[in-house]
Amino acid sequence: MPMTYYLILSATMFVIGALGVVLRRNPLVVFMSLELMFNAANLLFVAFSAYHRVLDGNLFVFFVMTTAAAEVAVGLALMVAIFRAKRNIDLDQMSILKG
Amino acid sequence: MNFDTLIGLSPWVVFFPLLGILINLLVGKRLSEKGIGTVASLAAGLSFVVAVLLAVGLAGHPEGGVYSLARWLVVGDFEAAWNFRVDTLSVTMMLVVAGVGTLIHVYSIGYMHADVRHNGDPQRFRRFFIYLNLFIAAMMVLVSADNFLMLFVGWEGVGLCSYLLIGFWYEKGSGGIANAQAAKKAFVVNRIGDFGLLIAIFLIFYNFGSLDFAVVFAQAPQIAAALPGVILAITLFMLLGVAGKSAQLPLYVWLPDAMAGPTPVSALIHAATMVTAGVYLVARSQALYLQVPLAQEVVMWVGGATALFAATIALGQNDIKKVLAYSTISQLGFMVAAVGMGAAVAGMFHLVTHAFFKALLFLGAGSVILGMEHGHEHHAGHGAKHGQQHFDPQDMRYMGGLRQKMPLTFWVYLIGALALAGVAPLAGFFSKDEILAAASLDHTALYVLLSVAAFLTAFYVARQLAMVFFGKPRSSAAQGAGESPALVTVPLVALAVLSAAGGMLNFPTTHWLEKWLEHSLYGVQPAKFIVSVALISLAVALAGLLIGWLVYGRKPLADAEQPDALAKPLGGLFRALENKWWVDEVYQVLVLKPYQRLADFLAQPVDQTVIDGVVNGMGGMVRAAAQSWRRIQNGYVRSYALTILLGVVLVVTYLLLR
Amino acid sequence: MNFGLHPLLLVTFFPLVGFLVILFLKSEHKNAIRWTALITALATFGISLWMLAQFDASKGDAQLVYRAPWLRVGGASIDFYLGVDGLSVLLVLLTTFLTPIAILSTWSAVQERVKGFMLFFLLLEVGMTGVFLALDLILFYIFWEFTLVPMYFLIGLWGGERRIYAAVKFFLFTMFGSLLMLLAILFTGLQVGSFAWNDLVAQRELFAQGQLWLFLAFALAFAIKVPMFPLHTWLPDAHVEAPTAGSVILAGVLLKMGSYGFLRYNLPLFPEASLQAAPYMAALAVMGILYGAAVALAQKDVKKLVAYSSVSHLGFVMLGIFALTQQGVAGGVLQMINHGLSTGALFLIVGMLYERRHTREMGDYGGVWKVMPVLGVLTLIVTLSSAGLPGLNGFVGEFTILLGAFGSDVLNSPWFAGAATLGVILAAVYLLVMFERVFLGALKVEANRALKDLNAREVITLLPLLALIFWIGLYPQPFFALINPSVERLITLVQTAAAVAIH
Repeated sequence: MPMTYYLILSATMFVIGALGVVLRRNPLVVFMSLELMFNAANLLFVAFSAYHRVLDGNLFVFFVMTTAAAEVAVGLALMVAIFRAKRNIDLDQMSILKG
Repeated sequence: MNFDTLIGLSPWVVFFPLLGILINLLVGKRLSEKGIGTVASLAAGLSFVVAVLLAVGLAGHPEGGVYSLARWLVVGDFEAAWNFRVDTLSVTMMLVVAGVGTLIHVYSIGYMHADVRHNGDPQRFRRFFIYLNLFIAAMMVLVSADNFLMLFVGWEGVGLCSYLLIGFWYEKGSGGIANAQAAKKAFVVNRIGDFGLLIAIFLIFYNFGSLDFAVVFAQAPQIAAALPGVILAITLFMLLGVAGKSAQLPLYVWLPDAMAGPTPVSALIHAATMVTAGVYLVARSQALYLQVPLAQEVVMWVGGATALFAATIALGQNDIKKVLAYSTISQLGFMVAAVGMGAAVAGMFHLVTHAFFKALLFLGAGSVILGMEHGHEHHAGHGAKHGQQHFDPQDMRYMGGLRQKMPLTFWVYLIGALALAGVAPLAGFFSKDEILAAASLDHTALYVLLSVAAFLTAFYVARQLAMVFFGKPRSSAAQGAGESPALVTVPLVALAVLSAAGGMLNFPTTHWLEKWLEHSLYGVQPAKFIVSVALISLAVALAGLLIGWLVYGRKPLADAEQPDALAKPLGGLFRALENKWWVDEVYQVLVLKPYQRLADFLAQPVDQTVIDGVVNGMGGMVRAAAQSWRRIQNGYVRSYALTILLGVVLVVTYLLLR
Repeated sequence: MNFGLHPLLLVTFFPLVGFLVILFLKSEHKNAIRWTALITALATFGISLWMLAQFDASKGDAQLVYRAPWLRVGGASIDFYLGVDGLSVLLVLLTTFLTPIAILSTWSAVQERVKGFMLFFLLLEVGMTGVFLALDLILFYIFWEFTLVPMYFLIGLWGGERRIYAAVKFFLFTMFGSLLMLLAILFTGLQVGSFAWNDLVAQRELFAQGQLWLFLAFALAFAIKVPMFPLHTWLPDAHVEAPTAGSVILAGVLLKMGSYGFLRYNLPLFPEASLQAAPYMAALAVMGILYGAAVALAQKDVKKLVAYSSVSHLGFVMLGIFALTQQGVAGGVLQMINHGLSTGALFLIVGMLYERRHTREMGDYGGVWKVMPVLGVLTLIVTLSSAGLPGLNGFVGEFTILLGAFGSDVLNSPWFAGAATLGVILAAVYLLVMFERVFLGALKVEANRALKDLNAREVITLLPLLALIFWIGLYPQPFFALINPSVERLITLVQTAAAVAIH
């Protein structure tokens, strides 16, 4: 399969993920969209790894996955904490940083 | 005893009083008043013993010596040490300071006993003696210093004691603050003088490379030849210091106010010793002054002008101590004029005799004040509260007739007064005559000026005697006054003897003092006794006394409210004298008010509005900018994420298209 | 007997031991916290004395050096580099000496959040000691900025009414100055390839070109800290709002970081620029002396008065430093110590009065000596020391400075010292006015009649300061012996560079 396919798929996933992060108000959906973006990157890592016949890319994917898992863990914990404090997790309500 | 071992005793003139302070500080609380007074008097007395021993030692070694106690300040090429100079000049001062000082310590035991009770705080008895000992210590540092810096330490040290003692009753005086203000005034005015002395010290160090007396004075002729302007500057800046400490024009204003201190303080510090420090300094630095006739001239005229000016003011004063204060300023003027002319021996001679008779006069005045206070309390005790009207135990208008009430005080006071007026053969006659004789040789104008001052002196002396001791008592306090206790009168008698016989020190035929001092003073000219001058000065003194008696003594004041006998004939002039020529008011308008206004101006508009305004203005600008930019921060995480995304896209596009 | 530990590391970081202990104490155990802090601070002072015992006063250069490679950035090495010499040794001692005293002064004054207070205080001590000991510019900068943080909180949390304004002003003002210094530090360090002080001094020709600008960048940071006229306005606000202990440390130590910075960095790194700028700096210093003295007189708040007196006193220090003579600089260093002692003591005294009457307006006092005789006497001594009375410490410093400035070749005019000497008169004016308004006169305000005199703790707080005031005043030789060799070396460093520049 030509490299282009992987690139197009990855780019599509990334854009979908990015739009999800920007547009959705539910933090869970935002997290999922974030995962999508991570995986878009992962896909490219693997694809290029195979293309260049080196293992570095595969290796890096594990790091990314670990990071993503850790990030979700922290993020969900934050969400739970926020929910406890505010009884609401609508992202648009969280604007106390407003200048 | 070996002279070198004797010199080793010299620091003890300072240590004994310090020891006295220590003892009184640590255990004084448990001592009785007598105990405290004894410790302090003993400390001063031992100091005197050391001074006597040093004097005895000097008799065999008149060249003197220096005792090094410790290095003090060594920085780079600058070095100043705690070195004690023992020579005839310094030992003369030590003898006067410790001698008169001890007598006044003894006197104070009696005087302060009554004073602390009159002012309602017996706890302060101990404090007084600690201050007094501190003064002796500081004054000893001043006179025994071997370099200008150590002298400066003593110089400011005595100023501090003066501050503390003037403000001894710091909650008294008009408005409850006048005494404290008088103390502050004394310190600050002295500081102005000290400024001059400091500058002189800097100049000396940079031109002579040392502050040690011996080094500086030895080089004076060479430096004067090479840099005459420098020596002139040094001597004139030094004169500023002298004017501050010795209460000369234009810095004399603090001394009359200093009378707020207890009377023994006025006697010791503000008459006999501290105020003569300036005279001592000029005498000590004769080597410098002799190099610049112009500076000598200036010193001489400052002294002469002060002598006359202060004597005029003394005519119009009604406070017994104020009269003596202006008289002190005037006599200091005589001394300064003398040392200015180069007649340092005459100046020192007058310094010594003046210490005797002026201390006597002040202590006598103290005795009078005690008598008045006693009479007042006695009267108030009997005549059930009659409105506690204003009572001033120092106002001469309310005295009168004390000759009968306090006979011993009267007789010793009379001796002091006649000595001050310059009546032969009392001490003041000889010393003043020596100054006048020196002036009559080369400085005729000054001679006339000083003679007028001497006439006025005799006149106000007669006025004071008449108002205080003659006539009838003009108040119930004077009516009830009684003689003071022995602790007070014994020192008076001792001083009276000294005032009567002090002239022997430098009697025209023997000239002991001159032969004694010429070992340490530079350029001593043998004094001449000029019969005509002596006769004229005696005549002037007697004329002054006589006219004073005619004006005030023949027809004494009938009651306290009656105006002064001179008020009518002199008119506005007398008002000027009464108001001290309005000098204080002039300073108020010209110096104090403007400085206060400047301070307020700098503090409010300048500091708070301008300087701090710039600072806060910068803060305000940042704040204003932030105000307008804050709208970008809408608080939505999503919009931040979008911004980041757009940023990334922009950067990537740039990197791709570059 | 090194115990395997370097004395400088120990003296710098020992307060952290107390910090850790306090961290594990419960906030309610206020006395345990106080004692821990006090004992830590006293132990640190002990360690600093141990450091002094190992210090060789005859040498002029840095001693007891501790140097370890730390980071490498952009081809320049940053070292963890500590050392002590005659310029810093007394300042370190002053820091470790004043800290326990300041802690002791909080015993009854600070009742709320004692734990936080002590934690910040010990951190502050680490920062201050580090500033004086650091010999690497980056390390210096880190410590320098680090002191801001605890001080900011000390003012902002335990301060008076306008504490937030004062704390922010203090923080931003000093931060603003140090940013330019950071740029200058980076520039010089990258030019030389090392941030170590002696490497920089040895190769200062490498950045000799722009040294006037570098000088100014450093000078701005230091001048704000000193503070020099007209950059002083943060000081009165910070002092008035800070708690007593904060004021003591602020006046006693933090201000000295500025004047120390001039000595340590500006003069040896940029000698030609220093010589060029000296008359202007001296002129500003003299203006500061006179201006501070005049403005102090107009104050009604005692603390403000003392704050402005600091502006005046630090003017003397700066005049001495930029006289660039042995006497001037040595006097300047000693005067830093003197000011720390006298002004520290004055702030303690104001604090004691404030604790009793909760006012700093001088009009609310008057005649206090009568009810508080012990405090009256102690204050009088401190006031006189501040006014430069011979026999007390202030005179020794001021006289040496003025002497040095009077004959300075660099300033080349006696007018600087002459005008500064006027400051001696003005100092007497405002200090005696202060003493008179608070302690003398009749007791007019009824509330003052019930004032209690000092208790034993308060006397103990002041006594060590008074002992040093007398010691330095009567026998300053041991102190000058510590200072002199390093000052000599510094002067030679500057003068040789200047001589090279002229030829």
